[in-house]
Amino acid sequence: MSDIAVRMEHVYKKFRKGEIYDSLRDLIPALAGKLFRQTELDQRDSREFWALQDLCFELKRGEAFGIIGHNGAGKSTALKILSRIMRPTKGKLLVNGRLSALIEVTAGFHPDLTGRENIFLHGAILGMSRREIQSKLDQIIAFSGIEEFIDTPVKRYSTGMFARLGFSVAAHVDPEVMIVDEVLSVGDYLFQAKCVERMKEIIRSGATVLFVSHNLRNISEFCDRCLMLEKGRTAAIGPAHEVVARYLQSGRELPAEGRDARPVTITNARLRSECGDAGRFTSGETVWLDLEVTARASCSKVAIAPWMTTEANEIVFETTTERLGCGNFNLEAGDSFRCTFEIHLNVTSGIYHLSTLIYRHETQTILDEWPSAMTIYVSSADDVRGVAHCFPKVTHQEILRAPEPNVQAREADGDRACV
Amino acid sequence: MPDNLKELYRYRELLYMFTYRDIRVRYKQSIMGLFWAVLMPILIVSAGIVIRYGYALASHRPLNMADIAGVAVKSLPWAFVVSSIRFSCNTLVANQNVVTKIYFPKEVFPLAAVLASLFDLVIASAAVVLFLFMARIGWSLQLLWAPLLLVTLVALVVGIGMIVSAASLFFRDVKYIVEVFLTFGIFFTPVFYDVQMLGHRGEWLLFNPIAPLLEGFSDCIVRHQAPALSWLAYSLSFALTFLLAGFVFFKHLEPAFAESI
Repeated sequence: MSDIAVRMEHVYKKFRKGEIYDSLRDLIPALAGKLFRQTELDQRDSREFWALQDLCFELKRGEAFGIIGHNGAGKSTALKILSRIMRPTKGKLLVNGRLSALIEVTAGFHPDLTGRENIFLHGAILGMSRREIQSKLDQIIAFSGIEEFIDTPVKRYSTGMFARLGFSVAAHVDPEVMIVDEVLSVGDYLFQAKCVERMKEIIRSGATVLFVSHNLRNISEFCDRCLMLEKGRTAAIGPAHEVVARYLQSGRELPAEGRDARPVTITNARLRSECGDAGRFTSGETVWLDLEVTARASCSKVAIAPWMTTEANEIVFETTTERLGCGNFNLEAGDSFRCTFEIHLNVTSGIYHLSTLIYRHETQTILDEWPSAMTIYVSSADDVRGVAHCFPKVTHQEILRAPEPNVQAREADGDRACV
Repeated sequence: MPDNLKELYRYRELLYMFTYRDIRVRYKQSIMGLFWAVLMPILIVSAGIVIRYGYALASHRPLNMADIAGVAVKSLPWAFVVSSIRFSCNTLVANQNVVTKIYFPKEVFPLAAVLASLFDLVIASAAVVLFLFMARIGWSLQLLWAPLLLVTLVALVVGIGMIVSAASLFFRDVKYIVEVFLTFGIFFTPVFYDVQMLGHRGEWLLFNPIAPLLEGFSDCIVRHQAPALSWLAYSLSFALTFLLAGFVFFKHLEPAFAESI
């Protein structure tokens, strides 16, 4: 029993759409109107909607758990219920131990107070005692990296400084259960790396951590298990990698209307390896990209260009059938064209997007484009950062010891040190 | 209910921090600094002197120092009531990004609003004590009633503060209604006048639960006599009822704060 940190039991949450009466001036006439007309009541029932339905899960102590889902899937609602800001309409929530939410890390700040005063204020909002904050003050200030400005009112801070200070306070709460929502994207690259390090430290210290994020890389890096929400319901729950792969596939669909009018359209795009096309691949693997194009009108000299980008939209590679020496091709109305690219997936672990377009070579006009046709997750056994995986290995290492110094030389060193 | 109180106790440092913040921000921004706390009572006392002077002329009685001292002693608690209710009425809405983001017992907001106003009261009291000393009002053991009166007043104001803060979160125009009551409340509360000046009918005004407390302050500080005990008991029971009702009301609505704000 006691090794359960969080338990959600059949949680439902209902919201009302449309405007709610937020002044007596509107409410009183409405109530009076309701006495005479029944319609108001009927309308109101139909305006309800369920943001969460039958949400059940259990977190063991020390587990890192992720919640993912597209916009409007109910992630934020789940989070607010978990952090007890909202009460579920139905169902039960159990939390064992001190809970802290890294949600809006600067919410408690007051612009007129100095950085130092805000540390105490925000720390208290997050449930820390003054003594606790006092003992961690130096650590918090050092982590934020704004020692110089700590006695300046925070209204004079830049947005980045503001957020950094907020994260620093929140990251030092030492909770037993921690909820993290999209806060790892604070500050510059170096500070983000520091945040990720700190998160790992918190996880290692045995805290139960709940991540809500669009950053699938963080989710798959940190979490053991993951929950995917879809329209307020549980779509998948299980090992993080599997659920992330499932999520990536669910976002796969052809771009919307307007394509019918085009003379040529890309009708299929698929990436497969020897193990299938589950959207999850291993670093260094050979994969095949199958593309299919259908022509509605005759087109001459067209070529296909696939490209791959990282989550941060940096291009990993970009090429065309033409540049690869296959020239361009002519299509008559009703023709289909298929091609396969072989790719060595020498990239580090992470999320990548594959996009493709078809263009006419002579005029360099784009005939059809399918950005992010596929999103894939690449996993790797090696801890190599960056984009390209060059499979670095340590093939040799030795320590060349300094020659044992004689006594005189050591004395001379000592003398020099004194000077 | 006991759980709620226990939780509030656990967050006592937060209450302290919010009070500190409210005081600090108020005094930091105004050039007048601590004078701010004294400004409103000075205005009320000046208004009281004008009214008392008019009354003295009409009734052909001289205006004595004790009358002015009475107005001064009563205007401080009244200024406290006005500022803490006005302040707690806005506090939840003003802090909405914390209210909707982070969990903690939200009653610390109206409580901190009252405590910050209490701090103003203490500052202003120093000025009034000085004035009473110069006016040679003297003192007696009846002064020991003052702490009880103050506690009753705080309890009453906290109760009202919790109700109006929660209500104004749901209905934004509650603020205007409260403002009207605070503006005209001074005519129905014996600040500028004493209840007995209105003769027999004046007793009716004591049903306003703040009135017996203000009269009580005047009794024990200026007139050196005990406050009317039955009216004091009336105010006390009123205050405790409001405190309890306010707390229950607030706690009942609290889970809906985040989605209704």
